[in-house]
Amino acid sequence: MTHVPPSPDRAAGAGPVVADRHGLVPSEAVLPAGRDTAGWGVHRVMGLETEYGVHAPANPGAGHSVLSVEVVNAYADLVTSRGGTVAGTEWDYGEESPLVDARGWQLPRSAAHPTQLTDQPLMGEDGSPVHLLTNLVLPNGARLYVDHAHPEYSSPETTNPLDAMVWDQAGDLVALTASERIAAAPGEPQVLLYKNNTDNKSVSYGAHENYLVARGLDFEELARHLVPFFTVRQVICGAGRVGLGVTGSGPGFQISQRADFFEEQVGLETTVRRPIVNTRDEPHADADRYRRLHVIIGDANLSQYATWLRCGMTALVLSMIELGTAPEVELMDPVAALQRISHDPTLRATVPLVRPLEGPGPGGSREATGLEILRVYLEAAERHVHHFGMGDKATLDVLNAWRESVETLGTEPAAMADRLDWVAKYQLLSGYRQRHGLDWDHPRLGMMDLQYADLRPDKGLYQAMLRRGSLRRLVPDEKIRDAVGSPPRDTRAWARGRTVDVYGRHVVGASWDTLLVREDGEGPLYRFHQREPLAGSAEQLPGVFDEPAAEGSYGRLLEALARVQAGPHRHHGHP
Amino acid sequence: MSQQYGSSFEREDDSANGPDADPTPAPTGAAGQTSTADLDSLLDEIDSVLETNAEEFVKGFVQKGGQ
Repeated sequence: MTHVPPSPDRAAGAGPVVADRHGLVPSEAVLPAGRDTAGWGVHRVMGLETEYGVHAPANPGAGHSVLSVEVVNAYADLVTSRGGTVAGTEWDYGEESPLVDARGWQLPRSAAHPTQLTDQPLMGEDGSPVHLLTNLVLPNGARLYVDHAHPEYSSPETTNPLDAMVWDQAGDLVALTASERIAAAPGEPQVLLYKNNTDNKSVSYGAHENYLVARGLDFEELARHLVPFFTVRQVICGAGRVGLGVTGSGPGFQISQRADFFEEQVGLETTVRRPIVNTRDEPHADADRYRRLHVIIGDANLSQYATWLRCGMTALVLSMIELGTAPEVELMDPVAALQRISHDPTLRATVPLVRPLEGPGPGGSREATGLEILRVYLEAAERHVHHFGMGDKATLDVLNAWRESVETLGTEPAAMADRLDWVAKYQLLSGYRQRHGLDWDHPRLGMMDLQYADLRPDKGLYQAMLRRGSLRRLVPDEKIRDAVGSPPRDTRAWARGRTVDVYGRHVVGASWDTLLVREDGEGPLYRFHQREPLAGSAEQLPGVFDEPAAEGSYGRLLEALARVQAGPHRHHGHP
Repeated sequence: MSQQYGSSFEREDDSANGPDADPTPAPTGAAGQTSTADLDSLLDEIDSVLETNAEEFVKGFVQKGGQ
C-alpha cells in the first residue's frame, strides 16, 4: 500500500461546520461535532528549535555562555558586514532596547575576556564599549540567541513538514557561517558547533518542535495519545548515540540521543526530570484559538528525511487527536519503554502494553515492538487521511514515506541508512568497529558519534555522507541557502523577516508576535501585534517588501503592519 | 562485505522475544552493493577526518545544562 486516494465522501460521519475555522483547514471540510482543528493533513503551523553543542578546544577556559554570545555576535557581524540587517537585543538590557543598525559591532574577544559577560562593559581597542547581542531576529524570520549555555536557532513559523525541515537546515548554515566567521578572525580560537543532544557526561540539550493545536482540544486527551507516539517514533527519527545511560558509560549503541534523559510522562520541566510530553503553554499567538505544543523529546536530526518525517508524522498524529481518530495505545511504563526501545538497534525489543494493539497484527499480545506500535499510528493515519479527504501531495508524500520506512525497518533496517540518522550512524560506526576490532566504548567510536554532528563540511561525518550521496537530499542545497536569507512566504514570519531585512533601520524590537517600529530616533513608537501566525504572509502584503526602502515607504510599512492586526497601539515617547 | 554490515543489525540482545524474533536474511540487491562499496570508501578515509587524539577530544567535550 503506497497511496491513499482522496476520499470521495468526506462528509461521512460528519458534524456541523465550524464557522471560525483555522486558516489551514479547507472551507469545505466538515469536522466531527464538538471538534476543532488547527491543521489539515500535514499542514499546520510548526517550527523547530536547535540548541547547538558549543566547544572551543583551543580555548578551554572560555565559558559556554561566552562562546554562545560570540556565535550570536559573529553572525550579526557577518550579516551587517554585507550590508544586511538583523534585529537584536543587547546583553543585560531590556527587551526593547534600540539596536538595529548593527554596523560597527565588533566581535567580542572571548579569549582575552572570558569573564567579561557579567556586569562590566566589554571595551574595544579604541576605548568604546563593545555591544554584545544575546538575541537576534534574522532576515529569514528566525531567532538566533543565547539560551543559557548554548547558541540556539529557532526557525521561523512554517506550515508544513518540508518547509520546517528547510528552515531548520537553514539554521545549521547560520550556525556554521557564524562559526566560520569566528575562525576567520585573526587570533580568535575556533568555536565548534555540534547538532547533537548530549556530551555523554550527563548533560543533554534539546532540539524542540512546536506545533499549534486548537485551543479547544483537551490537554489530557492530547497527552494520553502523544505519550506512546513520542515513545516509539524514535525508530524513525532517532539520531543514534554511542553509549548507554546519561553518562554513556554503558558500552553499546542506541537509537536515540535523548531517551536516557527522560524521567516523567507529562510535566512542565525542560531541564530536569524531563517529561515525554511537556505542558508549557506559551502560544506566542492568540491564546483563545491556539495552544503551542512544545515538544522536547525529539533528537536533533541532521538527515533531511528524518527531520521531515518527524514533523510530518507528528502533524498527522495531532490531526488525528484533534479530530478524534487517534488509536488507543497505552504503555505500561512509557519511560522504561522509551529507553528499552532506544537501547535495541535491532528493533526487536518489546515493551508491555496495558491492552493489546488495535487492528491486525500481533493479535492478543500485550507486548509489542516500537515498530509495531508505530505501525498502528501509521495505519490509523492512513484511514484518517482517507476519511477526511486530506489527500494532497504533501500529506501523501509523508504517509508513503512513513509506510516505506516502517516496512523497510521491519525487513531490512540497514536499507534505511540513506535516510535515517541513527541507521546511517549505526552502519558507519559498525563498519569501522568491525574493521578495527573495536569495542563500543572505544574513544574513536565516541569521536565518530560526535563528529557525525559536527557542522563543518570538512569534519562532519553527516556532511561527508551527504556530499557523497550516501544520505539523501530532499531539496536542492540552493533552497536551504535561500532560506537563510528569506522567510517562509505563508506565515507572519514573512512580515517579521522582511521588515527586519528591508526596513531594518526602523525596527526597534521584534519577537514572535510583536514588531516595534519608529521612523527615527525621535518619532512615535508603534507596536504591532501579530497574534495570528497565518497573517502577514507574502500574499497578504503584496509589494510592501519588494524593493529597498525608498522615500515614503515607511508609511507604507505602517499601513501594511496595521493591516495584519486589528490596529497599532500607539506609544508616545520611549517605551 | 555486505554480510559484515548486515550483521550489525542482527540481534544483540538475546533476551528480546518479540513475535518477529527470527532474523530475516538481508536481501543483497544491487543497491545494497553500491551502498556497501560507498561505505567502504568512506571508512577508508575516515581516519584522516577524525580529530587527532580522539580520547582527549571526547573527554574535553563538556557541555553545560540545556533544555
